[in-house]
Amino acid sequence: MTRIAGVFVLVVSLYAWLYFSNPDNFGANVVVDLLNRHGFYGLLTLGVGVLIITGGIDLSIGSVVALGAVSFGVLMRSGVPPVLAAMLVGLGGALIGLLHGILCTYGQLQSFLVTLCGLFVYRGLARTISGIGEHTAEQTVSLYSIKAEQPSAASALDALRAGIVGKQANGALDFPMEFVLMLGFAAILAVVLHGSAAGRYWYAVGSNRQAARYSGVNADRHQIIAFIISSTCAALGGVILLLDFASVDPASAGAEFELLAITGAVIGGCSLRGGEGTIVGIVLGAAILPAINKLNIFLGIPNTVIPIVVGLTLLAGASLDEILRRRG
Amino acid sequence: MLMSLAPVLEATAITKQFPGVRALDGVSLQVHAGEVVAVVGENGAGKSTLMKVLAGVYQPDSGALHRNGVPIHFDTPLAAMRAGISLIHQELNLAENLSVADNLFLGREPTWGGPLRFVDRATIRHRGTELLQRVGLDTTLLPHIVGRLPPGQKQLVEIARALGLDAKVLIMDEPTSSLTQRETDRLYTVIDNLKAAGVSVVYISHRLAEVTRVAGRAVVLRDGRLAGELAQAELTHENLVRLMVGRDLHQFFPREHRQSHGPERLTVSGLRWVGSKAAPATFAVRAGEVFGMAGLIGAGRTELAEAIFGVRAIATGEVRVDGQPIRVREPRDAIHAGVLLVPEDRRLHGLVIDNSVGFNLSLPNLHMLSRTLLRLIVPQRERAFHQRMIARLRIRTPTASQRAGLLSGGNQQKIVFARWLARGPAVLILDEPTRGVDVGAKAEIYQLIDELAGQGVAILMISSDMEELLGMSDRVIVLHEGRVAGELSRDQLSEVAVMRLATGGASE
Repeated sequence: MTRIAGVFVLVVSLYAWLYFSNPDNFGANVVVDLLNRHGFYGLLTLGVGVLIITGGIDLSIGSVVALGAVSFGVLMRSGVPPVLAAMLVGLGGALIGLLHGILCTYGQLQSFLVTLCGLFVYRGLARTISGIGEHTAEQTVSLYSIKAEQPSAASALDALRAGIVGKQANGALDFPMEFVLMLGFAAILAVVLHGSAAGRYWYAVGSNRQAARYSGVNADRHQIIAFIISSTCAALGGVILLLDFASVDPASAGAEFELLAITGAVIGGCSLRGGEGTIVGIVLGAAILPAINKLNIFLGIPNTVIPIVVGLTLLAGASLDEILRRRG
Repeated sequence: MLMSLAPVLEATAITKQFPGVRALDGVSLQVHAGEVVAVVGENGAGKSTLMKVLAGVYQPDSGALHRNGVPIHFDTPLAAMRAGISLIHQELNLAENLSVADNLFLGREPTWGGPLRFVDRATIRHRGTELLQRVGLDTTLLPHIVGRLPPGQKQLVEIARALGLDAKVLIMDEPTSSLTQRETDRLYTVIDNLKAAGVSVVYISHRLAEVTRVAGRAVVLRDGRLAGELAQAELTHENLVRLMVGRDLHQFFPREHRQSHGPERLTVSGLRWVGSKAAPATFAVRAGEVFGMAGLIGAGRTELAEAIFGVRAIATGEVRVDGQPIRVREPRDAIHAGVLLVPEDRRLHGLVIDNSVGFNLSLPNLHMLSRTLLRLIVPQRERAFHQRMIARLRIRTPTASQRAGLLSGGNQQKIVFARWLARGPAVLILDEPTRGVDVGAKAEIYQLIDELAGQGVAILMISSDMEELLGMSDRVIVLHEGRVAGELSRDQLSEVAVMRLATGGASE
């Protein structure tokens, strides 16, 4: 509880600082944009947060985001209807998670290692398949070129974009759909994690896998489910990324997103030792990064400084947590 | 002989207190040059504590140590080693991924090049060869990685390392616990050679056959005190057992439900777990029976329980519950069949220690506390369940949301019992049910065991606590080195009979 209060204070003060640094700039468009950024990071952070609670880690998120975005584009380019393409990408993400989960349970490999390998493999896959059917090795995937190749899918694509991102065909953002969808997802996860037997098992597996097993919990199965959630969130994140930014570079899309998601989850109260964390905390933790990013625009802090700020914020948060833990 | 000289090492009236127990109470021991003294006692008699005091691991609360008649004090194991006293641990202290040669000289490598301290390979080879010859090891092993050697050779490497430190007294704590018979025989030869070279050995073992073979004298400890000393002529199995036991059963064991027992509920036939070197185990526990399983540490009792519960893979054999064969691959299969385990290591296997009392009570019982739809937990039902179990077992905790790790050992153990009670066990396996439990909670746990037996539960109780075993059991089987050494009915049951079987003696 103190942990959630702590993150809450941090989030409120960051946004207050953001507002007071330049009240005139803080229009409705900025608010909607901030909320959508939060929605996007929130999705990835929730996915990895649940996994961290069960004692796992996922370093492949950024590459799965890129692979998801590229395959979403490539599928549509080759004539798959947008909604079906998005669903197929989600399914692909689930399969990636299943693979990770099996390797980490029955294969007895460490999740850090398995997903580190995934980080390279999925990035390479994203870059390789981006040129399929175009006679080039690698190319940027964009909504513009998809519409050019599949004119009949243009309207369905625009509808999907409006429904998931909240952007119109001309690119104007009028409603923070990503944020709303993320909140809906968070609500479902909160019910499962805090209200169902499965959620209890996730905490037990993360906190003491052996004791969970001795209590009759199918630890392997619950661990695998958490991997599936993380990778599915990442793959769908790729879909959202392409819809939102209209163009995706396979070599750089989603880079370091796994680290940003893990940072959000840890600031939000997940312990990398497993067994700790709440959905509210994770959602709040994911709000930090968009605010720091906006601060750089509002305060004129150079882009190059942002990683320093993020790193030091995480270090400060983790140290504070450790101090509180030792006292309590 | 030289026996008239001052002992190489002498401990006088050593007392060592740990929170809640007096591990050593005025124990004295003399070690003369070139002799092998055995230190014998039951589990928890104080053997290991005494050895650790001699080797500088622990500092005694009172008492004195003399080396060749000169008072001496060891602050650290290193100080003891410098004085020529080396402890060969039960768990060997070798760097597994380094070579034999590197291990022999670890931390004191001969060097050249002055301050540059290059390792002097030639000297290591030369002196290493010499050390391996002294313990009868093949000198070509020098460059081999220690982790790949069999346990017997590792043991000898450790002894060679101690000799390299010019040890005059070697303390060996259960040196043969992981050795084969051939490796053990080889160790005896090495010990005989060391003795001839004037090195003294303090030999701790609970295998009495070994003691009579290797030692020239034996000191017996019981409950932290010196129970007696046997010279070579008196060194027999019978005499050792007589000194090791011989206590009154002063504790109260409430076995009211010692009625005639029902049909077999747990039937174990020809059971061996994967990796077991032991003979298959066969036994049966009846409804309402408290079936004790005795044996010394390392006899394979916990492993057997783990195999029945599905933690350890079964190689051969069959487990039946109420006559029905059960296939157990994971603990959840056993739990489903009504076979429940209260594990030996409460903090590691019994509880999610960082979570709350309530979390732990609920964990294996969530199916009763949640709706069928989506398995959503019903908070009122859960709260009521917590209150009921806390009251029923008198778990002393401020609230159900208290962290389990903050409770006393006894109350933690009550949580482990409580969560199984709710499931209505058919078979309850208890592995050291009162280890680390205070006296008050102990009595409550005994009462609970009796009550469950009265309800027809078959109880398999592994215990190293002799009083508990004799006080609670209706029947006892004794394991010795992985095989069933014998079975004792209620009228045959005595401490002497159990110890005789547990230490490898024949049944009468």
